[in-house]
Amino acid sequence: MALVLNEEQRFLQDSAREFLANNAPVASLRQLRDSRDPLGYDPELWQQMAGLGWASIILPEAYGGLDFGFTGLGIVMEEAGRTLTASPLFASAVVAASAILLGGNEAQKNELLPEIAAGRLTLALALEESHHHRPSQIETTAAPRGNGFVISGSKSFVIDGHSADKLLVVARSGGETEAEEGLSLFLVDREANGVSVQRTIMVDSRNAANVVFDNMEVDASALVGELGQGWGVLEPVLDRGRVALAAEMMGLSLEAFERTVEYLKEREQFGAKIGSFQALQHRAAHIQSQLELCRSVILQALSAVDEAPDQLPLLASLAKAKLNQLAKLVTNEAVQMHGGIGVTDELEIGFFLKRARVAMQVFGDTGFHKDRYATLCGY
Amino acid sequence: MNAPARRDIVQDLEQFRSDVRQWLEENCPPSQRQPITPEEQYYGGRHARFPSEDAKLWFERMRDKGWICPEWPAEYGGGGLGPQEAKIIKEEMKALNARTALYSIGIWMLGPALLEFGNEKQKQQHIRAIINGEARWAQGYSEPGSGSDLASLQCRAEDKGDHFLVNGSKIWTTAADKCDWIFCLVRTDPKAKKQEGISFLLIDMDDPGVSTTPIELISGESEFCQTFFDNVKVPKDNLVGELNKGWSVAKALLVHERKLMSELGSDSPREVVPPSTAARQYLPFANGKVADAQLRSELVDYDMEMHAIGLTHFRTFEEKIAGVRSAAPLVMKYVGTEAEKTRSELLLAIMGSRGLGWEGEGFTQPELDTLRLWAMSKAMTIAGGTSEIQLNVIAKNVLQLPQS
Repeated sequence: MALVLNEEQRFLQDSAREFLANNAPVASLRQLRDSRDPLGYDPELWQQMAGLGWASIILPEAYGGLDFGFTGLGIVMEEAGRTLTASPLFASAVVAASAILLGGNEAQKNELLPEIAAGRLTLALALEESHHHRPSQIETTAAPRGNGFVISGSKSFVIDGHSADKLLVVARSGGETEAEEGLSLFLVDREANGVSVQRTIMVDSRNAANVVFDNMEVDASALVGELGQGWGVLEPVLDRGRVALAAEMMGLSLEAFERTVEYLKEREQFGAKIGSFQALQHRAAHIQSQLELCRSVILQALSAVDEAPDQLPLLASLAKAKLNQLAKLVTNEAVQMHGGIGVTDELEIGFFLKRARVAMQVFGDTGFHKDRYATLCGY
Repeated sequence: MNAPARRDIVQDLEQFRSDVRQWLEENCPPSQRQPITPEEQYYGGRHARFPSEDAKLWFERMRDKGWICPEWPAEYGGGGLGPQEAKIIKEEMKALNARTALYSIGIWMLGPALLEFGNEKQKQQHIRAIINGEARWAQGYSEPGSGSDLASLQCRAEDKGDHFLVNGSKIWTTAADKCDWIFCLVRTDPKAKKQEGISFLLIDMDDPGVSTTPIELISGESEFCQTFFDNVKVPKDNLVGELNKGWSVAKALLVHERKLMSELGSDSPREVVPPSTAARQYLPFANGKVADAQLRSELVDYDMEMHAIGLTHFRTFEEKIAGVRSAAPLVMKYVGTEAEKTRSELLLAIMGSRGLGWEGEGFTQPELDTLRLWAMSKAMTIAGGTSEIQLNVIAKNVLQLPQS
């Protein structure tokens, strides 16, 4: 597994950074927020991103994909983290696309993946039911009826839930409430009868929703993967999502930190640049050391997706826990070191602080992943 | 690099690996595959004796094979191999639990600096003697009045025409009472600005006027000494690099020292118990988890940090091969030694009162070792540049923050 980017990957990094800086800077997110944009992202930008191949980066060529590997996706996620770019990249092109790829039958893959890859179709994963990530604690039911199923239950924190064309629903078709057995995945239209969606305005100005399924009837063809075997698909899909999010958090942490270090070199108090004060230097240097460790973790976790899936659970939890901790540390220090201006809405640092808090909760907070890592280590 | 060429290299390395494995299997005596105790470590030197016949045999075979220092030039007794081959030897030795045949500050610290800055005569004399275990070296950097502020050092060497006359003292000279030679930073120009009047000198510890006293530490050990120089005559040939340019030699050497210290936890002579192993022995479990939530949380924080540090060691190695520069090597001493201290504190917490034994009956040897290692770990974030100095270096060289 490579811990150094190759030439093609470095080229992707440069071009992604340039594209996003020119077309989707943090100011774009501010504009989406201030205009109360009903979609929550810029569809033209998403078309451009798809045109660059980002929506298809992890998909095989057979389904219209670029087949550039998960490390390539991580590079794009990291750069999009630097600019806090809102787009369906994570929910649709990473999480949902992985679920179809890993769990779908050939007909579903042929029908859905090329559309996702082209940016014409967006999906969202409807998973969470409580205010903490508990992926197997599912009370939403899928009961057989006629040729299909009836789905009932409530979902929250559905990323892109109000804007996606289709929802991938995790429901229980058997087993106890907390069991990993008995979970099933269903793909439904967001606008179908029996589905009601409430957009939630989150602190990061990005998209999430509450979704209620009220005795929603679906055909048997809506099932993705085997009935009751959804966990076998869901867990690797979540791990891919966790690693991708960790890469995004690496980008937002780097950007917030670099902006802060620049500020330390400019701001003067007591007749000196504040960056010359050892109290601040040591805190900044400590962050740099953690950034270096996190960089290695991210690269290893990204390459494990393609090259060592057996190591993915441990590495995904390592990456998400480490980056949760880093993003919290960096964004708090970034605000503190900017002083008074750090708590103004005018300065963009606050956007990084807010996005970090949401990303820290998605697919498992620090405690969740520490517990999972320890359990995988046998203690 | 095109694909076939890369495949050839990989195949060559795989062949090399299997050759190394076979050679080690055939040549490493079974007794040299057991965990080593501090008493069994062979440091070489004029007065050294091998702890056993097998240790002697093992050392001589490794020496003749050129694997004491696989990456050093063959003309001075090294193996003349590349970093990938050297890594393979290290990995295969570890896989076999093969002992380190020669422990040596000469290998870890002086050698690399001498290869970079020494003249041909110095390399011929000292590099070979280091590899052959004929000379044991001590480091003469710190002084009682010059710790973190190393460049304020006062030990002086006066130019007396055909020799230098050295007066002063050096502290934290590791095992200097058993060493043959000491490499020293000395002040050769008292009028110049701090770093600019310093030279790098090699001093034979048998020379008249050199004396050494051990210092007892909180661990109860006296590994470190203070060494005194009283009108010691040192030949001009023993100057490494240019006069008054010793600081650049010193800095290069410190890089090696910090790299060594960042890796020390994984290569300790005493048996290092992983905290998760100790947890299974000393802590109650409930439902397959450590029952004490606080200790479990600290344990997983430590394991994740070490996992990340291990991956970063791999990354720095890959970057070296690929010719990529990053800031990672500059943070490793800080994160590695801080983690080492965390590990020791965690072990004590896990072992409770069984981790507090100082000596004698009532405790197992690993328990006693754990406590002594805990005391020794406090020195890790001080020696070779304190953690605070490491942070200063990162702030200055990586972040390029303004200096006061």
